[in-house]
Amino acid sequence: MAKYIVRRLLQTIPVLIGVSILVFSLMHLIPGDAAQIMAGEAASEESVEQIREKLGLNKPKPVQYFNYVSNAIQGDLGNSIRSGRPVVDEIKGRFWVTAELAVYATILAVFLGLIAGIISAVRHYTWSDVSIMVVALFGLSMPNFWLGLLLIQWFAVGVDFLPIPDFLMMRPSGWGDSWRQILLPVITLGTSGAAIIARMTRASMLEVIDQDYIRTARAKGLSEKIVIYRHALKNALIPVVTVVGLEFGAFLGGAVITETIFAINGMGRLTIAAITERDFPVVQGTVLVISLLFVFVNMLVDISYRMLNKRIDLS
Amino acid sequence: MAGKTVEVINGPKRSSPRIEAYKAFWKRLSKNKAAVVGGFFILLFIVVSIVGPFLTTKDPTEVMVLNKLQPPSAEFWFGTDNFGRDIFTRIIHGMSLTLKVGFLSVAIGGSIGVIFGIVSGYYGGKIDTIIMRVMDVLLAFPGILLALAIVSVLGGSLQNVIIAVAVFSVPAFARIVRSSTLSVRQLEYIDAVKALGASDFRIIFKHILPNVVSPIIVQATLRIATAVLTASGLSFLGLGAQPPEPEWGAMLNDGRTYMKTAPHLMLFPGMMIAIVVLAFNIFGDGLRDALDPKMKK
Amino acid sequence: METNVLEVHNLRTSFYTDDGEVKAVDGVSFTLPKGKTLGIVGESGSGKSITALSILQLLASNGKIIDGEIRFKGENLIGYSDRKMRDIRGNAISMIFQEPMTSLNPVFTIGQQISESLIKHQKLSKRDALLKSVDLLKLVGIPSPEARVRNYPYELSGGMRQRVMIAMALACDPEILIADEPTTALDVTIQAQILQLIKELQHRLGMSVVFITHDLGVVAETCDYVAVMYAGQVVEYSDVFTIFKEPKHPYTIGLLNSLPRHDMEQDKLEPIRGNVPNVRDMPIGCRFSPRCPAATDLCRAELPELSKDDKGNDVRCWIYSDNWDGEMEVNVYGEKRIAQGRGVKAVFSD
Repeated sequence: MAKYIVRRLLQTIPVLIGVSILVFSLMHLIPGDAAQIMAGEAASEESVEQIREKLGLNKPKPVQYFNYVSNAIQGDLGNSIRSGRPVVDEIKGRFWVTAELAVYATILAVFLGLIAGIISAVRHYTWSDVSIMVVALFGLSMPNFWLGLLLIQWFAVGVDFLPIPDFLMMRPSGWGDSWRQILLPVITLGTSGAAIIARMTRASMLEVIDQDYIRTARAKGLSEKIVIYRHALKNALIPVVTVVGLEFGAFLGGAVITETIFAINGMGRLTIAAITERDFPVVQGTVLVISLLFVFVNMLVDISYRMLNKRIDLS
Repeated sequence: MAGKTVEVINGPKRSSPRIEAYKAFWKRLSKNKAAVVGGFFILLFIVVSIVGPFLTTKDPTEVMVLNKLQPPSAEFWFGTDNFGRDIFTRIIHGMSLTLKVGFLSVAIGGSIGVIFGIVSGYYGGKIDTIIMRVMDVLLAFPGILLALAIVSVLGGSLQNVIIAVAVFSVPAFARIVRSSTLSVRQLEYIDAVKALGASDFRIIFKHILPNVVSPIIVQATLRIATAVLTASGLSFLGLGAQPPEPEWGAMLNDGRTYMKTAPHLMLFPGMMIAIVVLAFNIFGDGLRDALDPKMKK
Repeated sequence: METNVLEVHNLRTSFYTDDGEVKAVDGVSFTLPKGKTLGIVGESGSGKSITALSILQLLASNGKIIDGEIRFKGENLIGYSDRKMRDIRGNAISMIFQEPMTSLNPVFTIGQQISESLIKHQKLSKRDALLKSVDLLKLVGIPSPEARVRNYPYELSGGMRQRVMIAMALACDPEILIADEPTTALDVTIQAQILQLIKELQHRLGMSVVFITHDLGVVAETCDYVAVMYAGQVVEYSDVFTIFKEPKHPYTIGLLNSLPRHDMEQDKLEPIRGNVPNVRDMPIGCRFSPRCPAATDLCRAELPELSKDDKGNDVRCWIYSDNWDGEMEVNVYGEKRIAQGRGVKAVFSD
């Protein structure tokens, strides 16, 4: 096991290097003069030169990359062009908002997805199975930006359940302070994940229920409940674990949209604002942080998958 | 059963095993009601996207301030937006944009991914490692983030959205095709063909590609659904199609401001995105069930 | 007079698939006297395993017992509620399966899996159940059982796993052990060990065994009674000596002729011609008639009943009825045989 963890850690290194190169290149792939675009069309030659100087854009590319990485490792992601503040400071307050949102969405997706998937599998080919799978298909196909708007429409505008301005009065950390304010964004973000996990759980359960060891469990005289919830479920959940990790990542990405709709001051909204304002150091920073977090979570998921699935240990 | 066999043998032409397999596939597919419905809707969408714009009487971009924010009526089926444009007309005209983004981005991204996957799986070794590491890197940007980053660099336009979503689709194809290629390459007959002196190119096109085509088709169908979602998401964020293009995501974004007073502005574009994505998802599920004999029960 | 611990009468089990009903078992009868071993022999697809699963009502969800009786110590198990069946399974009747590699749950330890039946049927505490599991592992000849209870299945070889399966099946001192081809998936040397183990344990614990196999050699070695199955039906049932010395049904004779023997010279082995009929397309008359060297019009038109001959053995064949007017010449091990029955017209000769 320890050997596997070390190997998995080593495997992450090329990915991290690749991610850093890609994020670094963002600024250099901009068609035309990056400094000019960031400064704006009306900017004077001087201020363009100033930006170029500040970002070190006139140095050779490998040197720039090296500087970028070594600064990043020391926790320096450069300064925002617009506010002049360090990118790290811009991200710091918002990181936890997005992480919290993604974690809640994951909890919701896992909770709903598992229950729905298990019910579906246990009662497969009945009406409850068919309806759950139809709902899941809808959940999978629903654009989350539309879902979010509909939720606001129903609960905030229509029913006066949550007055819209509340969303704009986030705590310093970015969140509204009541569960109700958290709920709508979490549902918006988590629905597609719940659908994916439900479908995956069902498929996995159905496959496991056909296995020989389930017949063995029945032959022991165990009740159907124990056969399903003890013997089948534990096996069926192993592949679902990987999906949970991927969904957490999708939620980090999806937060961009959810935060925009609900005006939550997280990293997603910061990214969109920075893209609109052509504030590339900030875009680089948020993209880097989100993908690093995702790589890290995936690594944890792989390791726990390995721990759960004792069978792979043989090979 | 017996009669049928005789017919095949004595018939004017003998069906090849591949044609037989296609027949069996069509039979399974046509048995899957959901897949038939999904496929029907996709065909309908394609027809609408081609014929629809000629049948609508109104202009999708013509501003008529007098008619602004009209609720749905006999005159304006889906109502009008804040510029007085007919939403129904815009939706019909937007269909081709949505399908174009979906099909093109998946065609481009899929082709690149398939090439990567086959090269990776067939040649193995260093090139495999390099390609797969690159795919890992692309996959490290979760969900919409990769497409977002690309669009942020290239600038917001529908064309750039297609490029971004294409890049975003590459790794999924590369991975699936690689694993299918690996399992085909291990078959003994590939060694036999090689021993007969067939070139790599010929082996890949004559023997490997036909065998990995079914996972590619399934993946492509499901990926179109994802591509439509991602692309309209980018447009919704204002990073894709620019006004006055009748792109559904952008329409949804425009309508957001009038959510309280004129909810139909965001109702219909969102619904259309959902329906198109749903159709592709249903059809993809059906294809997978029909192409994967393991699942048949 | 020995008592019968298990009596199966005219069992019929069908599966309902997209393409219609499949009559997997369609007329199976046999009896198992207490403390004895019954072999159920037949080719794959003859319905042996389905018969076994029917006894414990462990059929897949699309399978259903549609007719017949399964009497365990006189009581008909068919019609038992699922709750009552669960008290029988793994307790009074237990079963081991063909695939030891996949029959154990990969995510639980050996100890946990053996303990389960003990906790359920004997109401032992977790601790006591684990202690008993160690004893059981010792009983089935697993070295250092104290350590093995904490192992997961992947840490054990195939033979070891089958021993664990046997330990699991024996946990609650069952009256009947059903062994469904327990050695097929194992190496030849391990096969002999497992057979030996089952035989030994049967003597020690005094249980009755149903042994399902396609291997007549295994039958000769282990069984007291034999039911020969063909295409979902029992075609012959008698004690093991009669089966080998005086086989009656042409299918049984064919099976024996296709078996190599060490005790005599054989010019050649005689396979049974033709193929097993398709379950969806059964012959109208005797199911063996398309392959039977003695088949007459009667055989092809009407299905014979499984009926007793004068020695009390069962055979499903028109030859042994008053109605049969054909002739049959068959070699059995190259020696001349005369079949015993009512209205005998068959002469087995060389």
